[in-house]
Amino acid sequence: MSIINAVIYLLVAPVVGGLIAGIDRKVTARMQGRIGPPILQPFYDMGKLFEKENLVVTTTQNFYVLSYFVFMAVAGALFFSGGDMLLVIFAFTLSHIFLVLGAYSSFSPYSHIGAERELIQIIAYEPMIIFTAVGMYMVTHSFFVSAIVTSGIPIILYLPGIFLGYLMVLTIKLRKSPFDLSTSHHAHQELVKGVTTDFSGPNLAKIEIAHWYEYVFLLGVVYLFFGFNPLAAIAAIIVVYFLEVLIDNTMSRVKWQLTLKTAWLIAGTFGLVNLGVLYYLKAVVMP
Amino acid sequence: MNGLLFLIGFPALIALLMLVISRDKIRNAVVIFSALVLGIVSLYLLFTYFDKNTLIFTIPFDPTSKIMFIIEMILAVYILYLGIKHRKSFTVILILLQAGLLIFFETGLIPGIHPENNLLIDQLSIIMALIIGIIGSLICVYALGYMETYHKQHAEIKDRRKSFFFWMFVFLSVMFGLVFSNNLLWVFFFWEITTFCSFVLIGYSQTTEATNNAFLALSMNLLGGVAFIAALIYIAVIDPSGKLLEMSYLINSGYALALVPAILISFAGITKSALMPFSSWLVGAMVAPTPVSALLHSTTMVKAGVYIIIRFAPLLSGTTEGLMIALVGAITFLLASFIAISQSNAKRVLAYSTIANLGLIVACAGVGTYNLMWVAILLLIFHAVAKSLLFLCVGTVEQNLGSRDIEDMSGLIVRMPKVAIMMFIGMAGMFLAPFGMVISKWAAIEAFITAPFGLVFITILAFGGSASLFFWSKWMGKIISVMRNQENIEGGIKTEMWTVLSILTTLVVVVALIFPLISSTLIEPFVMNIYGETTRLAQANLTIMLMMLCLLMIMPFSMLFYRRPSKHAPPYMGGRTTEGEMRFAGSIGTTRELVLSNYYFEKYVGEDRIFMIGVLLCWGLLLIAGILIAGVIL
Repeated sequence: MSIINAVIYLLVAPVVGGLIAGIDRKVTARMQGRIGPPILQPFYDMGKLFEKENLVVTTTQNFYVLSYFVFMAVAGALFFSGGDMLLVIFAFTLSHIFLVLGAYSSFSPYSHIGAERELIQIIAYEPMIIFTAVGMYMVTHSFFVSAIVTSGIPIILYLPGIFLGYLMVLTIKLRKSPFDLSTSHHAHQELVKGVTTDFSGPNLAKIEIAHWYEYVFLLGVVYLFFGFNPLAAIAAIIVVYFLEVLIDNTMSRVKWQLTLKTAWLIAGTFGLVNLGVLYYLKAVVMP
Repeated sequence: MNGLLFLIGFPALIALLMLVISRDKIRNAVVIFSALVLGIVSLYLLFTYFDKNTLIFTIPFDPTSKIMFIIEMILAVYILYLGIKHRKSFTVILILLQAGLLIFFETGLIPGIHPENNLLIDQLSIIMALIIGIIGSLICVYALGYMETYHKQHAEIKDRRKSFFFWMFVFLSVMFGLVFSNNLLWVFFFWEITTFCSFVLIGYSQTTEATNNAFLALSMNLLGGVAFIAALIYIAVIDPSGKLLEMSYLINSGYALALVPAILISFAGITKSALMPFSSWLVGAMVAPTPVSALLHSTTMVKAGVYIIIRFAPLLSGTTEGLMIALVGAITFLLASFIAISQSNAKRVLAYSTIANLGLIVACAGVGTYNLMWVAILLLIFHAVAKSLLFLCVGTVEQNLGSRDIEDMSGLIVRMPKVAIMMFIGMAGMFLAPFGMVISKWAAIEAFITAPFGLVFITILAFGGSASLFFWSKWMGKIISVMRNQENIEGGIKTEMWTVLSILTTLVVVVALIFPLISSTLIEPFVMNIYGETTRLAQANLTIMLMMLCLLMIMPFSMLFYRRPSKHAPPYMGGRTTEGEMRFAGSIGTTRELVLSNYYFEKYVGEDRIFMIGVLLCWGLLLIAGILIAGVIL
């Protein structure tokens, strides 16, 4: 069962992720008063990128990009096969470190800045994502996704603060303003293309598809909060994603200092207070 | 028992031999031979004793203790002499205090005491013996080539390699003694000699800076020594028979008053493992030749500190005093990780990372539940392997590059490809899944969740872990950036150095691969023996991690696939390049070389400021622990 889920994820996630990206662009365009590209445009883009010549700055880039892609897929597959949340998070981090290393490897100013900023983003969301896993454990007594999703507990009621904190993680990870420091979906990035500056053709396509895998995985975590009721969960995912697009289009990008401060402040307040209350209730009120 | 005595005696013998050998070739042969012997005997110990829980050996208390006392007195007189000569009043006061207490103990309390069970071996001793016997002796072999080059490059420093290798082997010998001793008086004897060894080795170059830092290390560790001997006196006073001096008996006695010596000795452990507020001695110790740093950080000295705290963890478990010790560890982990971000000197980054990891081990041991004990030992092993490799890599880079600054390591992958890859693996071992330290971090999160005040520790782990992710990744990025037109400068590295580096690199990977085996044969029985219950990672997770590790090892082979000439383009420079690459066209016809530098955030995580915070917090916690202990005594 769990392996089948993983395989389904590996096959379907890029399609779903690509569709989400397409809808994202359409909705964004409408918010900006444009008609926008067709929903399937991201797939056309990928087709075109794969047709291009594999132009690289250094040969090792191929290795880093491939590793980023593979470990992103592994992290998602682990998640959807019901694996240990913490292990999923570590695989997820590993995958991003490879992207950062790929950018570092080209030794160019724009990639370098992008890599450093991507790192800052990673450390900005890392504590919150660990708190998310810890919170789920406190409610369901398991780190395993399979146990969390079948627990039947309305997790969102126990973890509202964690959920808000997770939305911040989502904004960073979906590369949405105000936290799209290292690279962005929009052309207004003043630092060229940040972390992806020196990738082109098939390598850029792999990064993009890995990002689609990431979409599905990240929204899968949102599902967990509402796992007791699949319909509510899907509704929540739609609302959350719409919210992210709205935030993206109404906020302007902040500096990295503010990103880090905001992210750690949110983790330290919403996340930690929520955990603290749970801890207190468990240890003192209902031991 | 003969194995134990051999491991203590053999390095001591080799040490003496080192004093008389002056030809390089003979020295090389002897050191390599004894490294082999030490490695084999510690493995022999593993295979003989791994399945027998705690074994205790009786060795006559006299005259061994008398000899130890005499050696301690000679050392005390010598330190006193050096302290007066260099006008280090603090050291003088501490050594007088310590010698006074020791004489009081020896004359006033010892006569009635005859502990018999003076040596022990259990799984923890075996693990420590393996670390000392394998990694420690590898470092000695590496030092052969390193010190030769060192003296060529630093002609102004007097060549005192005879005494250097003497002290290196004495260090190994006393470390074996320390981990096999059951009698706390003997532990103390070996403890004091490690202090003195590190003092001599840190001050090796005899420059003013080296001498000052050596005295800093000495006085901080003497302070710990005073606490240690206070613990011994306390034990002897409450139990005139001296039975409680036997560690195995003391820890299992269930005696409420045993907490007092446990805290005093943990304090000594904190000074020795350089946790805040005492971290400055370890950072200062970086002036020593790199093999010394590697030895201090991975196998001896600081490991002695955490070893003793792990030993006493069952006594600390569940007490407020133990919690204070754990918090000192946790705060050290958090703050040292932040300070490491601000450092660009590679050795200082490694130093702060060591301090941070030792802090984490103490945090686990201080809380001291059975699953945290398991994590603490796991951390100890993984850290020893990866950190020794990293130090030796940095030492090699330094000798070839002429700098230990991370900013100068740009493009190391082109200039020193093999060393860069080894460093890469060592760093991966420190912070990437599915290597050792991440496994431990993971297990720590799972264990802290159910522990008292666990949330505090999880928070610290989450934020401190992020900080360490940052400083490792940016360093990693620096060494793997591919610069053009650079020459390979790996030529001068000696064979024995290559051999040691390769073995350690293999060990980092192998330990991550076989850690379930290490856990089930050594760590779990040890924890089981003490707590009656034990822990491990779930089988499903182990399988997945093993698969991830294999995948990670296969991934580099994808490079073969990309070997066919893919077209290369210059990096994007914003269209303002001139003269080929890596230059920008400036105004009025000037050109500017491209320079890339990492973030260090000195404004936010500057060393001085964060260190001050750490000192204040940790002294505060230690003070609380002290007051509580005073309450217990009274």
